[in-house]
Amino acid sequence: MSKYLLDKFLFTVDRDPELVERYRTDPVGTVAWWEQNVAGQLLNCTTAERTTWLSFTDEERRVLQEQDHVALFAMGAHPFLTLTLFIAMFERDHGPLEYQRAYGAAMKHIALPYPDIAT
Amino acid sequence: MAVVAAVIASTHHPFYYRASTSTGADRPPFADEWVAKIERFRDTLTRAAPDVLVMVGSDHFHQLWLDNMPQFLVGKAPYFDANFYNEEREFGLPRMTLRGEEDLAAHILRQGLDRGFDLAFSNELRIDHSITCPIITLRPQADLPIVPVYTNIFAPPMPRPGRFVELGRTLRALVESWPDERRVAIIGTGHLSLELGGPRQFGEHGPDPEFDRRAVEWIASGDIDGCLAEVTLDSLHQPGNATHGFMDFMLMMGVAGDGVRADHVDTLDLFHTMEAYFTWYPNGVPE
Repeated sequence: MSKYLLDKFLFTVDRDPELVERYRTDPVGTVAWWEQNVAGQLLNCTTAERTTWLSFTDEERRVLQEQDHVALFAMGAHPFLTLTLFIAMFERDHGPLEYQRAYGAAMKHIALPYPDIAT
Repeated sequence: MAVVAAVIASTHHPFYYRASTSTGADRPPFADEWVAKIERFRDTLTRAAPDVLVMVGSDHFHQLWLDNMPQFLVGKAPYFDANFYNEEREFGLPRMTLRGEEDLAAHILRQGLDRGFDLAFSNELRIDHSITCPIITLRPQADLPIVPVYTNIFAPPMPRPGRFVELGRTLRALVESWPDERRVAIIGTGHLSLELGGPRQFGEHGPDPEFDRRAVEWIASGDIDGCLAEVTLDSLHQPGNATHGFMDFMLMMGVAGDGVRADHVDTLDLFHTMEAYFTWYPNGVPE
């Protein structure tokens, strides 16, 4: 399992307005495109070189395709990255703070200690 | 030598800008009280008549990323552009450009390296809301040159709390040894208890009001030993999963000094998190 690659997905999508919309409307296609094209990009470095060994597990791919923030939390994805991206995608469909509160309520069964987010 | 005109520690709440500028039905009921507290807090900096601001904050995965993550980083550049698309999107924060104070940044880097802190540096740093929030609250005219100092409170492994305190002590000594006559305010922002992306987020109060009460007392009284005796990297998970941002408050306690009581202390109990504001005047309270 690669928490780093999950985080890299959340990080690179969140910072790109077009990708935020694409992931909102076509999660399966966006995850496949991203893994093919972006997973190996060495960020903040030359685009001529690519990382050769990064890929999702089947479970990671499924969780991203299903946009399951509770499962991402359980897998140790960085909660700030998940929250920020998911607010960008879904807050618009809800009243003020309604989405943020429902997001937390869906995780009420999770007790301390939380999953380790170290990468 | 430079004079430390004020030491300021604060929470950085990205919703303040929107709350304070909203009107009519969009204005939240707590906005007026919040603005009044911020204006009193702002006055503590204005009265100190600073010429330069050293700004301690933490990048929220904007420019600094897991492929190349510094623990402590000093920005040395003539200008710093500020705020990112996703901060504009979520918080309505404005884009800004701040001047940099390169001579002080160079001094902090050189002397910091010589005193045992292997500081990273950046000559092209876009700063985020951990630094622009206190600009908005404390110096909205954004007219003073800054030296940004970033800490890693976000991506484990992180330095331990004691290292933050020690960096604060060192930063104070470095500013006081800067061969310049200007007045420097050292401003740092962090969090009290905070949960982001977990089950305790966005509650009626911060996730751990008892931690917040004790934290405010540690800071206000300068009780570094008491704080260090109880706060560890592991313990900070208990009050909320983003509470490691409290280590930036501990850094500022190091700047302010052991046992030095703050000259201004204020708090505001908001939903989601408690706001807290502290000012020290190392060279006496201004007239």
